[in-house]
Amino acid sequence: MTNPNRRFFLKGAVASAVAVFAAAAGWISPRRAAAAEWPRDAYAAKTVEEALKNLYGSSAAVASPEVKIRAPLQAENGAVVPVSVSTNLPDVQSISVLVEKNAAPLAAHLNLTPSAVPYFSANIKLGATSDVHFIVKSGGKLYRAKQLVKVTVGGCGG
Amino acid sequence: MAMKMRTKTANGETEIMVLIDHPMETGQRVDPKTKEKIPPHFIQKLTFSVNGKEVAVADLGVAVSRDPLIKIKVKNAKPGDKVKVAWSDNKGETGEKEIAVS
Repeated sequence: MTNPNRRFFLKGAVASAVAVFAAAAGWISPRRAAAAEWPRDAYAAKTVEEALKNLYGSSAAVASPEVKIRAPLQAENGAVVPVSVSTNLPDVQSISVLVEKNAAPLAAHLNLTPSAVPYFSANIKLGATSDVHFIVKSGGKLYRAKQLVKVTVGGCGG
Repeated sequence: MAMKMRTKTANGETEIMVLIDHPMETGQRVDPKTKEKIPPHFIQKLTFSVNGKEVAVADLGVAVSRDPLIKIKVKNAKPGDKVKVAWSDNKGETGEKEIAVS
């Protein structure tokens, strides 16, 4: 004998208990960095603009000297190009690195909590000579800087 | 896969450096022997925690170099604080390593 009302009641009770627990544990906090799934669509995007729209909902980024970048002017080997970005802009939520001429420009994206310093460094691949774009989201706005890196031997093919 | 980690503190900021042995296959390369494309195999998530609290999460794509070398910085870390880096890739493989701030 099953009582449909009883079953319904139990399901509802479990669901609300889970929600309350999740909220208490901080799982629903909007600033939790890992809450997001790996951004599949942004990594599949074929242009810098499309990738930014996927990541941020907008590609409107202001060029800013406050986005301080380090990248080589020339890279002999496109397979290993060290780049880094830092900024004094306040309330930085994320940092993205995009290689304009790569088949899929988005290379890396870092979500930060207030405990982290707005800094990111990585070795990335460049298929050919390309502008490398660095995007910083600060106080809900996007700021950008870019640098051309000349590549002698590309790093994305065979 | 093997991981190396190191921390370096200066001016109240601690740099966390991580080096992970990983092929970071793009899915575009062709095996010279079989002439077939090598399937993509790359790290997607890299999570940094200090004393069990998450401080930053990096989403990576295939354009991060083989054997990724990644650095971030955190505020107010003290010697002995536990720094952990955990990764997962597109095939569901995972790894992690924890060290104390030097």
